[in-house]
Amino acid sequence: MNLSKSPEKLRYLFTTDHRIIGIQYLILALTSVTIGTILSLLMRIHLVWPDRILPFYGPILPEDYLAMVTIHGTIMLFFVLTTAPQSGFGNLILPAQIGARRMAFPVANAIGFWLTATALLILLSSTFVPRGSPISGWTAYPPFSAVASAGPGQGLGMDLWLASIALFAIASSIGGINTLVTIIKLRCKGMTWERLPLTVWGWFTAALLSVLAFSVLLAALLLLFCDRHAGTSFFVPTGDIVNGAIHAAGHPGNGSPLLWLHLFWFFGHPEVYIAILPGLGLTSMLLANFSRRRVFAYRTMIVTTLLIGFLGILLWGHHMFVAGLNPFAASAFAVSTMAIAIPASAKVLSWLATVWRSRPHYTTPMLFSLGFVSLFILGGLSGPILAQPILDEYLHNTFFVIAHFHLIMALAAVFGLFAGTYYWFPLMTGRMMSETLGRLHFWGTLLGAYATFLPMHLTGLMGEPRHYAQLTGVSNAAGHLLAGTLPLNRFITWSAIFLSTAQLFFFANLLYSLFRGSPAPPNPWQATTLEWHPAMHPNFPLEASEIVENPIAVYRQPCQYQPTPTGELFLPQWSPDATVDIKPE
Amino acid sequence: MDFPFQAASLLPLLPIDASAHGPAIDHHLLLNIWVILALAALAHLILLIGLVARRRPEATSWRVEYLPLTALAVLFAFLTIRAERLWAEARYTGAEPSALQVQVTGEQFAWYFRYPGTDAIFGVTKPQLIDAGAGNPLGIDPNDSHGADDLVTSELVLPADRQVDLRLNALDVIHGFSVPEMRLKQNAVPGMTIHVHFTPKIPGTYAILCTQVCGLGHYRMNANLRVLPPDEFAAWLAAKQKTVQP
Amino acid sequence: MPSTITPTSTEPKRKNHVEDHDNGSGRRPPTDKRTGGGGEGDNYGDRSQGNHGPRERLVRYRMGIFFALASDLMFFVAIVSSFFVSQSTGHFDAYNNYVNEWTVTTIPPILWLNTAVLILSSITMEIARRRMFHEVDVMDEWLGLGKPITRRAIPWIAVTAVLGVVFLVGQWIAWEQLAMQHVFFLSNPSSHFFYLITGVHGIHLILGIFGLMAALIGLYVSRSLESRQIMVDCASWYWHSMGVFWMFLFVLLVFFQ
Ligand code: HEA
Ligand code: HEA
Ligand code: CUA
Ligand SMILES: [Cu+2]
Repeated sequence: MNLSKSPEKLRYLFTTDHRIIGIQYLILALTSVTIGTILSLLMRIHLVWPDRILPFYGPILPEDYLAMVTIHGTIMLFFVLTTAPQSGFGNLILPAQIGARRMAFPVANAIGFWLTATALLILLSSTFVPRGSPISGWTAYPPFSAVASAGPGQGLGMDLWLASIALFAIASSIGGINTLVTIIKLRCKGMTWERLPLTVWGWFTAALLSVLAFSVLLAALLLLFCDRHAGTSFFVPTGDIVNGAIHAAGHPGNGSPLLWLHLFWFFGHPEVYIAILPGLGLTSMLLANFSRRRVFAYRTMIVTTLLIGFLGILLWGHHMFVAGLNPFAASAFAVSTMAIAIPASAKVLSWLATVWRSRPHYTTPMLFSLGFVSLFILGGLSGPILAQPILDEYLHNTFFVIAHFHLIMALAAVFGLFAGTYYWFPLMTGRMMSETLGRLHFWGTLLGAYATFLPMHLTGLMGEPRHYAQLTGVSNAAGHLLAGTLPLNRFITWSAIFLSTAQLFFFANLLYSLFRGSPAPPNPWQATTLEWHPAMHPNFPLEASEIVENPIAVYRQPCQYQPTPTGELFLPQWSPDATVDIKPE
Repeated sequence: MDFPFQAASLLPLLPIDASAHGPAIDHHLLLNIWVILALAALAHLILLIGLVARRRPEATSWRVEYLPLTALAVLFAFLTIRAERLWAEARYTGAEPSALQVQVTGEQFAWYFRYPGTDAIFGVTKPQLIDAGAGNPLGIDPNDSHGADDLVTSELVLPADRQVDLRLNALDVIHGFSVPEMRLKQNAVPGMTIHVHFTPKIPGTYAILCTQVCGLGHYRMNANLRVLPPDEFAAWLAAKQKTVQP
Repeated sequence: MPSTITPTSTEPKRKNHVEDHDNGSGRRPPTDKRTGGGGEGDNYGDRSQGNHGPRERLVRYRMGIFFALASDLMFFVAIVSSFFVSQSTGHFDAYNNYVNEWTVTTIPPILWLNTAVLILSSITMEIARRRMFHEVDVMDEWLGLGKPITRRAIPWIAVTAVLGVVFLVGQWIAWEQLAMQHVFFLSNPSSHFFYLITGVHGIHLILGIFGLMAALIGLYVSRSLESRQIMVDCASWYWHSMGVFWMFLFVLLVFFQ
């Protein structure tokens, strides 16, 4: 559908309505994820067949590979996993779930989206400038990222990257503020804190983290910019020689590269939790919804969500164990990192207990939530291994790390997105998504995910490092070590191709259901949370007057079920009738 | 300390383990892997059984949550303590004085290794003097007597069974100094000198990789580590010394 | 095309008739402090615009500004911690003796004056803010008897803005004086931070002055009493915290170099 046609369509494009903005964010995320996926395939293919020629482009050079890795990581982490769950579903669903009509600051909301869109364009534009995109990875460690002559793409490309991420940081802070105020001030009658759905708690914690973390990143970017263009050296040590030229020779000042690592990871670790927290909440809710049960240990889940957010601020050092961090500090960060495994385990246990002997309804959203649990366990458990400095000394920057965060972030969090899409599609379009296509998509993605990312642990253990443009044609004993990983890597590449192809089911399903999908009943899942309240139904927006007549009110925690005359278990948050025997835990 | 089994043999994936502190690490790594495999299997088992079994009224007892949780907490605490012990052994204390001194310098895209020579003192270096073409890749100051007998090589040659004290630094950007067979990894950061020490055990030729992305040549920035029996090492060193001070 | 969501208008419709004395501060007199929302009963969030609780919008915007300032605080915290890091990092020069180029930037005395000016401006701003909430006058305006508060608040805001400009000029002079002593941005790590900190804070103040301008204009054009209160309130909280931030930064520059 072509927006920006008539003024009527322009109303859709430049709207301040949070639901439309949410959909805009989701579309942005979908475009980004498509680009990111294509890049990941090119990476995989180049890794195992380095001398394949890319049509219309020619051979892929090492710097091209690194540029692809950088853009892949940046796009996927920022423009998919930060926008889609937090800003996308956050706008689309959050106000409805707390019984609010709007976000607290609609205009700021729209501004945030357009900043994000601009940021994405700037990032992509870096591909087309001379010498291409930056090649220093999404973590952009200086001096590599501070000195333009350090490599192709570290000039103009790097500047564009900085600009893009700076805009993104501002947009996310605005979004975070908006979310926080909305949740605190706009909850409807009876929506007390312990009645908030866990999804809302996820958004809330993630928003807190965005507000705290992104401005630190902004400061770091400012300092890096000064190093690049104002001749300072905050991150570049004295007498640093790149390509035979001493950096900022004229100017005094002895910067420390480690300063950047501290600033970046102080932001970076909260950032990855921003990506997963909404998913954690959504999984708890969906598992309970489809097994017609209460969320096991609801209060504890609220506490653990906040705890994960809080601990998430205190363990940035676990990315720096062998980066020159003082060994005693490393020990301390190891402890704080291991500590976070406990609230996470508590969540897993609650999920297991919730579905335990419940004979759930296996709808597609439920399948993806179960998949989330499996992937979170598999990806999460490798966290504590990496958290032990003595083991991280061997595993740091190997594909073991890649495997860890692709399982828990790339796939688990993305499964959260899928579950959300299948679950809330009726609210967006008034139509159901096709179950058959959904099932195909689920099994394809799950198996593809295992086949792609589990073997990466093995190549990691064999010692395959990250950011290696080629595994063949390397001299010395290193060449021997790398060649050993090739057979597994070929398998991984094939699985990655399979995994990405499986995504076609998803897009097919989106298009099909958008136009041909069966019309959705008001509350297809017997959901108990407010976004399914009749008055909230998008297709029949109520008049302000009607709303004032029957204000939405909440009487209980979500996911409390009791038999209805029809035999179904059902008891939404908004239904005033007294519960039979459900005591609030 | 010795172990009931040579861990590496149980985990053929890992490159062979040729350092003195390695086996302890492998052993601990293996323990971790078994633990998480067990946990993952158990969790999935619980999940599947829970899904297939007949429906039951929901569990409400807090025990279901908190007993396993404490168990897991104890487990993770146990692993942490073991790991911290090993880490302390490896990193808290410096090398012993008798250790062989070698300076490792990373630059795009090569490793340079510098031995202090007969006087056992590293000469002064100046960034301005750096000129790989003229055979002075580290910028050793010719006016400094200590520098005269320093020898710079492009492969790291070490004697077996003697502790080595590496001082790592980098000229341009951050590099990652990694020797999988020695279970050793430490970033070389420009402007910092970082000490790591270890003891090679088994003679052989091993890979030295760069594990921190440092530019388009990152993937080919490597070198060989040759571990020789002590006597051969002495011979090699003597031969080298001749080349710098006949 | 399926039945997708139709965007609702989230912004209040401009009322071009004031006779009904509905100035957006809710039907209840603006002196009543109940805010609604936040799950504690009466969901104003649900009402059509103009039917809100008396202070609901005010409280919402205030909270927004507070979170924004918290995030801004983190920004300065990051810069200050970098200040300490680079203050403490030296390096070994060619002759293996440890050097640290950090040479303390002597603070131009005029900064003391500027600080005083900034404090003063905070006071005038607070007076303006208090005027906006002065009960009796608020009542009068709510009843539609002229705009007493606004009349009284405007001069104070203007004064604040002027003082703000004075402060900025003062900062500029401070830079000039440093330049006289050949201390430039690039001179040494300490001067990097001196210029960086004063510069960044200056930019924040410029934004603040724009905010004040907006508030002034708003006071003239806006019909809704609450909107006027909100603009002044937010502008002043922002202004105060810039003052507080400056105190911290100033102490840092004077005593902790
Ligand atoms: C969200 C994060 C995310 C995702 C989804 C992926 C997906 C994939 N990634 Fe990547 N990856 C990163 C984040 C991610 N990655 C990061 C941060 C790095 C580090 C970069 C750096 O070092 O600088 C990295 C690095 C990285 C490497 C290491 C490169 C190197 O260091 O040498 C490799 C190599 O195999 C790789 C491969 C893949 C593959 C095969 C997939 C496949 O899974 C692709 C298949 C795609 C999907 C399964 C997603 C489908 C999702 C949707 C359709 C979303 C739906 C959206 C809505 C509903 C709105 N990735
Ligand atoms: C969504 C994102 C996400 C999440 C949630 C996590 C979660 C965790 N991460 Fe991860 N991590 C990343 C994204 C994420 N990580 C990324 C992107 C990187 C790489 C950055 C880069 O370098 O580019 C990274 C890197 C990374 C490192 C650095 C590795 C290195 O560079 O050398 C470390 C080290 O400690 C670490 C640890 C952890 C830990 C301890 C958790 C914990 O939170 C995990 C908690 C979960 C569990 C512990 C599982 C719980 C389940 C059970 C216990 C089973 C229960 C059993 C029964 C019921 C029987 N992560
Ligand atoms: Cu040197 Cu990578
Ligand atoms: Cu982390």
